[in-house]
Amino acid sequence: MAGNDKKSKNFLVSKIGGQQLIVLGVIVALFAFFCIKSDIFRSYTTILSMLDFSYFVAFMAIGVTFALITGGNDLSIGTGMVCYGIIGGFFVTKLGLPVTVGFVITILCGVLMGCFNGFLVAILELPPFIATLSTMMIARGLGSIVTGGSSITWPADAWFKNIFKISIGEAKYPLGFVWVVLAVTIMTIFLRHTKPGRYIIAIGSNKEATRLSGVNVIKWHMLAYIICGMFTGFAGVAYSATFPTIAAGSGAGLELDAICAAIIGGTSMYGGSGTIFGTLLGVYVMSILKTGLPLIGLQANWQQIITGIVLLVAVFIDVVRGKKN
Amino acid sequence: MGEVILTMKGIDKSFPGVHALDHVDLEIRKGEVLALMGENGAGKSTLMKVLTGIYKKDEGTITYEGKEIEFENPSAAQEAGVIIVHQELNMLSHLTVAQNIFIGREIMKGSMIDDAKMNEEAAKLFKKLNIDIDPAETMGNLTVGKQQMCEIAKAISHEAKVIIFDEPSAALTETEIEELFKIIRDLRDKGMAMVYISHRMDEIKAITDRVTVMRDGTYVGTIITKDSTKDDIINMMVGRVIYEDPKTQSNVPKDAPVVLKVEHLNAGKMVKDVSFELHKGEILGFSGLMGAGRTETARALFGADPKDSGDIYINGQKVDIKSPQDAVKYGIGYLSEDRKRYGVVVGKTVAENTTMATMEKFMKGLFINKKKEDEVAWTHVKALKTKTPTVDTEVVNLSGGNQQKVVIAKWLTRDCDILIFDEPTRGIDIGAKSEIYTLMNELVAQGKSIIMISSEMTEVLRMSDRVIVMCEGRKTGEIDISEATQENIMHMATLRK
Repeated sequence: MAGNDKKSKNFLVSKIGGQQLIVLGVIVALFAFFCIKSDIFRSYTTILSMLDFSYFVAFMAIGVTFALITGGNDLSIGTGMVCYGIIGGFFVTKLGLPVTVGFVITILCGVLMGCFNGFLVAILELPPFIATLSTMMIARGLGSIVTGGSSITWPADAWFKNIFKISIGEAKYPLGFVWVVLAVTIMTIFLRHTKPGRYIIAIGSNKEATRLSGVNVIKWHMLAYIICGMFTGFAGVAYSATFPTIAAGSGAGLELDAICAAIIGGTSMYGGSGTIFGTLLGVYVMSILKTGLPLIGLQANWQQIITGIVLLVAVFIDVVRGKKN
Repeated sequence: MGEVILTMKGIDKSFPGVHALDHVDLEIRKGEVLALMGENGAGKSTLMKVLTGIYKKDEGTITYEGKEIEFENPSAAQEAGVIIVHQELNMLSHLTVAQNIFIGREIMKGSMIDDAKMNEEAAKLFKKLNIDIDPAETMGNLTVGKQQMCEIAKAISHEAKVIIFDEPSAALTETEIEELFKIIRDLRDKGMAMVYISHRMDEIKAITDRVTVMRDGTYVGTIITKDSTKDDIINMMVGRVIYEDPKTQSNVPKDAPVVLKVEHLNAGKMVKDVSFELHKGEILGFSGLMGAGRTETARALFGADPKDSGDIYINGQKVDIKSPQDAVKYGIGYLSEDRKRYGVVVGKTVAENTTMATMEKFMKGLFINKKKEDEVAWTHVKALKTKTPTVDTEVVNLSGGNQQKVVIAKWLTRDCDILIFDEPTRGIDIGAKSEIYTLMNELVAQGKSIIMISSEMTEVLRMSDRVIVMCEGRKTGEIDISEATQENIMHMATLRK
């Protein structure tokens, strides 16, 4: 029987990965800790609001995992997400177009920005950090111009607001979580079992060897950034659904939550390895901390310090793992 | 010629699997230039690394200025006055010349660096050496030749007693070499002891007093330069010993069709007007010294580096190869000399590497057919006798020889007709080596054609049907294996323009 146990453990480790198991443990521990410490934390409303605030981070994090796997990064996702939501909302509120058009435009903006980031990184070969720092500033400026420096309010009855939280009678259900899980499933299959996914990992692992194998590395490298942009577009929709009004610039710093989540979830900053499921776990480590810390009396400044420390630990693990290889 | 300043006696050094130095002797005298010669891999650099403390010797003694010593590290050697001027310059291109010369021992004025004083000192140094360089100039703005002179000046400023030049002329123009020689002669007249490592026969004749020759990690002998001919030196370098059976005649039928024709290929500085033909079922050896432009030719042909001009024909059809993708499409596979960087994706598994160039064959709709991928990977693992526990093992865990087999498997999966093996057995142990040779022979027997770039003379003579020799980016010779000898290949490899 002992042999069987060992086998099933190896099976778990190989299917989920060592770091993910640890992160899963951390989530359970954190959740239990906050439940014991705070009555409010264990209420359904708190859990519901925690999930509400996790969707846009989750979409950004799924997207940025692709940029990270190629050995790059995308800093434009935070301000980008808000900017796309603003532009979509602008078409609806100021130009009177249907909500669906605004919805599509929001996602399209993300895809376009992804194309542009991909162009800068894969074709012009600019360092991803600087290239996407620049597009982050561009996105921020664009958002301000479109709102005229203030904010945009999507119609309160916009249909997509109900796809993330559905009310049946008195009760509300976090439908958004279903979309997130669906996205994680699809993108996991994409990354592990399709040709583009395989090439994106290979590029992050050794771009030159991949190129010399006759792979069109520019195309697939760009695709990673386009996927990242598309998911930022989804995040823009989720953000617009969560917040009644969107102020230009309010997304600044949110990219870090997403990048932290991916790294906590085991995506390597050196590229070549990472899983979407791990990223999702990372997202919930971040959400639980963000929701739980204020409830045990630690205010925003402390939250940032603790989040910073969590990130440091994750990065440290990544570096140690990198050295081993 | 002056008294002996440094003696190395019975120096022995082994690395795992390689006996790099086998009881080597060397004697350096004041006021002379000693040439250290040998083929690639003869052990020259290793010997100099042992001398300057980069490697620890296993056996033997080093006597310097009458005392037995062993330098702990290069800076200890430098401290004592034994300095290497490297082929790749160790210069900080953003700092000034003077800042470079005094790096690590800056002249201070209180707690501030005294740049003015450093410029002054550097200027004095240059004047002493008759070098015309502005100490305040940024290093990166100087030509390679001038940079080299700064490196020499730096050595002198460390009160060097022994200077080792490691292929100093590799990147220099004729005029720069003349200037370098002037400085070397000057230093010799002042009693400096110098070791000059180079492959260039004419330079050896021009500048050195004695020649010490090494071969396969052993000391062959030392001769007086002016009493010997170029052929004497070549004979000492290649020796008379035949280690492995060389091929005596080509296995390619006279009427074998030409599968690849390259005409007037030019690419950058290292590929100048190279033309050649490759026949079906042939192993075409590319011989030459380091930096002869063989790898660069292969990379330009494969589309890995841009080419400036030249035509490529495959099976008589003119083709336009702009990227590795194009080359692979036309059935060319490239096995890089630097497997870890360019050959395998080490963090990926054996199976994933095997199918890397042929993904589309392993798709079931949108998805990768993992079962088929594993099957094909296993077939190659068995056929090539790759030692790996599973096909899901990451390539990083395999030995050099087995990594090479994974790269071969990648191109076999692709069913390439033309394979470029760039240093196929570099860093591979003897056993795996002969397996790779057997494999290459099987491949040509199946009608594939191979370009084999090799710096090992024995490998070239054992494997090739025909040999092309390059020197400094040009093709300097082409010879059928029946006429090829170490001597005539080495002669062609040193034909400078």
